[in-house]
Amino acid sequence: MKKVVLVGNGMVGHKFCELFSRHPKRADFSLLVFGEERRPAYDRVHLSEYFANRDADRLSLASTEWYADNGIALHCGESVTNIAHEKKCVTTASGQVHTYDYLVIATGSSAFVPPISGKEKKGVFVYRTIEDLDAIMDYAETIKSREGASATVIGGGLLGLEAAKATMDMGLKSHVVEFADRLMPRQLDERGAAVLKNTLTDLGLGIHCKKNTAQIGGNGSITHLEFTDETELKTDMLIISAGIRPRDELARQSGIDVGPRGGILADAQLRTSAPDVFVIGEAALYKGMIYGLVAPGYEMARVALGTIFADADAGTMPSTIDMSTKLKLIGTDVASFGQVFTNPEEARTIVFNDEVSRVYKRINISNDGKKLLGGILVGDASDYNMLHQIVQNNMAIPPQPEDLILGVRGGADAGAGVLDLPDTAVICSCENISKSQMTGLLDSGEAQSVKDLGTCCRAGTGCGGCKPMISDLVNSYLKSQGKVVRNLICEHFPYTRQELRDLIAVKNIRTYDEALDQIGSGNGCEACKPPLASLFATIYMETANPQAAIQDTNDRFLANIQRNGTYSVVPRVAGGEISPRHLIAIGQVAEKYDLYTKITGGQRIDLFGARLEELPFIWEELIAAGFESGHAYGKALRTVKSCVGSTWCRYGMSDAVTMAIELENRYKGLRSPHKLKGGVSGCIRECAEARGKDFGLIAVEGGYNLYVCGNGGARPKHAQLLAGPIDKETAVLYLDRMLVFYLRTAAPLVRTAAWLEGLEGGIDYLKSVVIDDVLGLNAEFELEMKGLVAAYKCEWKEAVTTPALRARFQTFVNTDEGDDTLEFVGLREQKMPKPWN
Amino acid sequence: MTTTTELYKTVDLAEVSTWYKAGKTTQFPVGAGATIKYEDKQIAVFYFPRQEKWYACQNLCPHKLENVLGRGLIGEQDGVPKVACPLHKKTFSLTTGENLNGDCPAVAVYPVKIEGDYVYVGFAD
Repeated sequence: MKKVVLVGNGMVGHKFCELFSRHPKRADFSLLVFGEERRPAYDRVHLSEYFANRDADRLSLASTEWYADNGIALHCGESVTNIAHEKKCVTTASGQVHTYDYLVIATGSSAFVPPISGKEKKGVFVYRTIEDLDAIMDYAETIKSREGASATVIGGGLLGLEAAKATMDMGLKSHVVEFADRLMPRQLDERGAAVLKNTLTDLGLGIHCKKNTAQIGGNGSITHLEFTDETELKTDMLIISAGIRPRDELARQSGIDVGPRGGILADAQLRTSAPDVFVIGEAALYKGMIYGLVAPGYEMARVALGTIFADADAGTMPSTIDMSTKLKLIGTDVASFGQVFTNPEEARTIVFNDEVSRVYKRINISNDGKKLLGGILVGDASDYNMLHQIVQNNMAIPPQPEDLILGVRGGADAGAGVLDLPDTAVICSCENISKSQMTGLLDSGEAQSVKDLGTCCRAGTGCGGCKPMISDLVNSYLKSQGKVVRNLICEHFPYTRQELRDLIAVKNIRTYDEALDQIGSGNGCEACKPPLASLFATIYMETANPQAAIQDTNDRFLANIQRNGTYSVVPRVAGGEISPRHLIAIGQVAEKYDLYTKITGGQRIDLFGARLEELPFIWEELIAAGFESGHAYGKALRTVKSCVGSTWCRYGMSDAVTMAIELENRYKGLRSPHKLKGGVSGCIRECAEARGKDFGLIAVEGGYNLYVCGNGGARPKHAQLLAGPIDKETAVLYLDRMLVFYLRTAAPLVRTAAWLEGLEGGIDYLKSVVIDDVLGLNAEFELEMKGLVAAYKCEWKEAVTTPALRARFQTFVNTDEGDDTLEFVGLREQKMPKPWN
Repeated sequence: MTTTTELYKTVDLAEVSTWYKAGKTTQFPVGAGATIKYEDKQIAVFYFPRQEKWYACQNLCPHKLENVLGRGLIGEQDGVPKVACPLHKKTFSLTTGENLNGDCPAVAVYPVKIEGDYVYVGFAD
């Protein structure tokens, strides 16, 4: 057995271990690892996330158990102090001597601290390890209470900007000082850096470029910086992030060749000047450069390991290393790829500079107009993956190269898609996975999703930047192979919602248990129970009561759970019309049970803060006053909103309120893949905002225009015209058909707008189904809706009048007490839950 | 009155010193959870009829410290029984208490036994 010793347990060192553990010939080798830090390797790329949660485990790349399980001997907190390469042995700080057959140096780099006087003062930090971050956070705590407490970062590169963002999040006024004339001078040109500077200044960051720090001022602790231009900047703490220096001291003192400005000399196999000694990662000087990115480091680990194991396909390092990067900065994206800086003799540039949205894009095109050489993206880096692939694979570019960053203006399909990439294109550069490797796994059926690919070949599991492209690849590739991309419900039911619906109806399956036995497997979960409950509701007109245990939590208790575990109660107020008598009744109930009341967006009244055990009592009183369930808790019809219409309004063209009440009462209790909302406006002024609803009617000359598939919310969408002008009866008929079609074919939790987007042929196809009956199913659709309308029952009435159903509203099984941990605080004459910490 | 997680510590079967009689089996919902009160603790008890298994864990969700887990949906993931919090759908294993879909702290789990028609939950104090 050959013995490999690895010095260094950073990201690249760990990658070496991981590849080692998976190598087919690993049994022929033993691996001994020394790490200087006290914990095993962690993710330094996402180091700044530690500021948010201070949880070192989240950054951890592997546990000590992982090393033990894989038979790799790991010594943390033990540095190697000498290499005797003639004798092939190393000595550690504690005096241990270990021989090796192969030695791999992965000592990484340390923060570079420029020789500024005063750097030993209290409050001056570097930004490199978890311990550095701990020290920064502890110190920030001590200065926070000072009037206008501020922090300054020296270095306007990626790490510096991340550190500045972190100090801003700690509540400090933050500054960035950069020696060059712009931010991120290695990645950005002047105009790109100016856009970034403006974005960051807007966020409240002080940016000071072209500043050379002469002295760190203060008596014991830092109080200010003095610059060579004789200006000063007051600051309570300082983080130095001025670049990295390779950790080459071990090699240097052991007589291994290093470069004139540092770094251990490496050849294309990562061999050093000493026999059987390799160097990988940021300590390596290859082609006169140090590479501070994780992808080249991982590539070095792969090549070195392959060379040591004498693999036939060990490969060599490429002669030019790709330094393309995409970074998520504070509130903006920055990316640079390929050849970033070019001169007019070799390339022409196309620049898009939007000072309003703060977006800057630059691409460099070869003088013959045929090749993309590289570029810069600031503010919007969504094109990065594709542009990077075009450069890496030397792909042809469109005749109007500006289309690459502006999109094709005028309809036609925009340039290259992921399927146009050559098979050899490396999509995941952290793990070095090519397009053909992934399509191979998709072909063999080993992988069917982005998640599967991550499990099979680790694609997308590194920095994650390639994930959108992998997702694109999975969807387009499977589609191109004629495979349907199916949204399966969960591990227990390998079907789509539509397939499940058909199976349940055809086999006359009546309960969730029967469904598991006949068409599912295992014992079910929270992902498949609610969709099946919804299907039972639409196929068999079942309320949420008979199978309460499979209902989503709000349906189970027929109320909406709020942040402290109490519930809100919403009685139906059809069309938003409510008499004074009913208003008073609601007011009395709210007063009696001390409920916070608010008018909802759907023109009804929400009563908050009801305890679980109070719900049936509250509903008994509401039902007695003439109310019924508003289904605000369900994926069901909520409200049909209306304007006051022609009965009162001097512009009104139709009685919108009556129409809304009729529609709401027709569809009340209807359970659907997602919530459903409607609106009716009495004229084109559209006061009911009907086009922001799943269905909306707007009165026009000659009847109503019927709009469908709109919504408000996070992705607002205007409903589209299905038909009009049509009369009331036709509108209801079309709506019946359209709603049943949606109920049958949409996936769980897909609202009508997204459903329509996914329908091939869009609104024109929907028209052909609903109006022209191309599927020949309209008679069936109408009958189904008729049955659903006739079967309506108020499920709250059912629940309060059936003792067995009422039992579920007891807070504790073993006592009638309520929950004494609930705490409320006052809020403008009413109350609210005590806020979360 | 407390909503701190210190109140809850997992009890192994071997450590049980008190079997608290929580109620009749018929008082508990089938295929869902219900909550009991034991001294100052709130404990969620779950019945999985298909596996004929009972589980118990703290009612307090460690995510936002609200007493709600007994009202969550239950199910299994790769054979592991779990509960999904009704507030933000954090899921917890009912055998180990660990958070299965995130990085919340684990919940404390308690042994349950059925004797005759009664459900007993095991405590170590």
